[in-house]
Amino acid sequence: MKFNKTILGICLIAIFIGLTGLVVAEWEHEEDDDDRGHFRRWLGGSKPVIEKVESPLYQAECGSCHIAYQPGLLPAQSWQQMMANLEDHFGENAELPVEESSKILNYLLTNAAERVKYGLPRRISTSLGGNPAPLRITQTRFFLHEHEEIPGKMVLNNEQVRSLSNCDACHTKANEGSFREHEVRIPGYGRWDD
Amino acid sequence: MRKLIINGITAILIATPWMTQADAIAELQMGYRQMGSGDFSSTGGEIIWNKEFPNPQSGQLRNCALCHTNDLSKSGKHNRTGKPIEPMAPSVNPQRLTDTRKIEKWLKRNCKWTLGRECTPQEKGDLLAFLRDH
Repeated sequence: MKFNKTILGICLIAIFIGLTGLVVAEWEHEEDDDDRGHFRRWLGGSKPVIEKVESPLYQAECGSCHIAYQPGLLPAQSWQQMMANLEDHFGENAELPVEESSKILNYLLTNAAERVKYGLPRRISTSLGGNPAPLRITQTRFFLHEHEEIPGKMVLNNEQVRSLSNCDACHTKANEGSFREHEVRIPGYGRWDD
Repeated sequence: MRKLIINGITAILIATPWMTQADAIAELQMGYRQMGSGDFSSTGGEIIWNKEFPNPQSGQLRNCALCHTNDLSKSGKHNRTGKPIEPMAPSVNPQRLTDTRKIEKWLKRNCKWTLGRECTPQEKGDLLAFLRDH
């Protein structure tokens, strides 16, 4: 009996050590320097992840010139403004027949940042506070904060990246909705560690 | 007999992409004629394809080759985002020019971006005649 208790005790200690290892490993992978969220993040609340694009129409229409940005990367107000002005889409013409554009707008609004209560969308909408929503993902406060330390030579002057809006140039799993730091590979520079 | 059927099916499968391509272009060109266009010429299309148009805002000289390159059998690159564009030539990319809705959508967008206005039915028919020949 006493022997069994000893075994049980050893097992419990082993499990505890194992779990601690997991937590630490996960912490090392996450890059957030926002102190509030370590434990919540481990529980999955604010990992830099987002749902994959699930609309073939959106993927086809909006993904032909740039990556099909996940709808949760911007709040509804931004999508609404953007879809109302496709004729001048950041200097490009991206006009669509009404039939397609209204379906796409519907998809965007249903999955906009404030509609999702976890991961990247949540952090993006929280970062906006009460301020007017920018039209560009790269101008949301959360995005600016996450990318502020990256030198221009790695992005703007890097022919394989060109712009911070080319997410998948460096975030190797961007299309799967994962933007974790350990997945970053900057072309010509490799891993990024801040 | 069985061999004949198999050969027949193979022939149809091989011919399908070309048939749809010819169909899509013919259908659009018929529409353009009804809007008053004359005959379409590949040479006319080539002239529009290569002509440079200055953008009123930026002064940038724009033409089709800016994104699609001068060689229609090669991949292009989006001028702004750098995203690759599949070759325009149907001979190397049989998917091209098979969907009338898609053709109209891109002609509208790209004529406005490049020329600063929509293309006329004549210009669109000529461009399609030019692209079809590659």
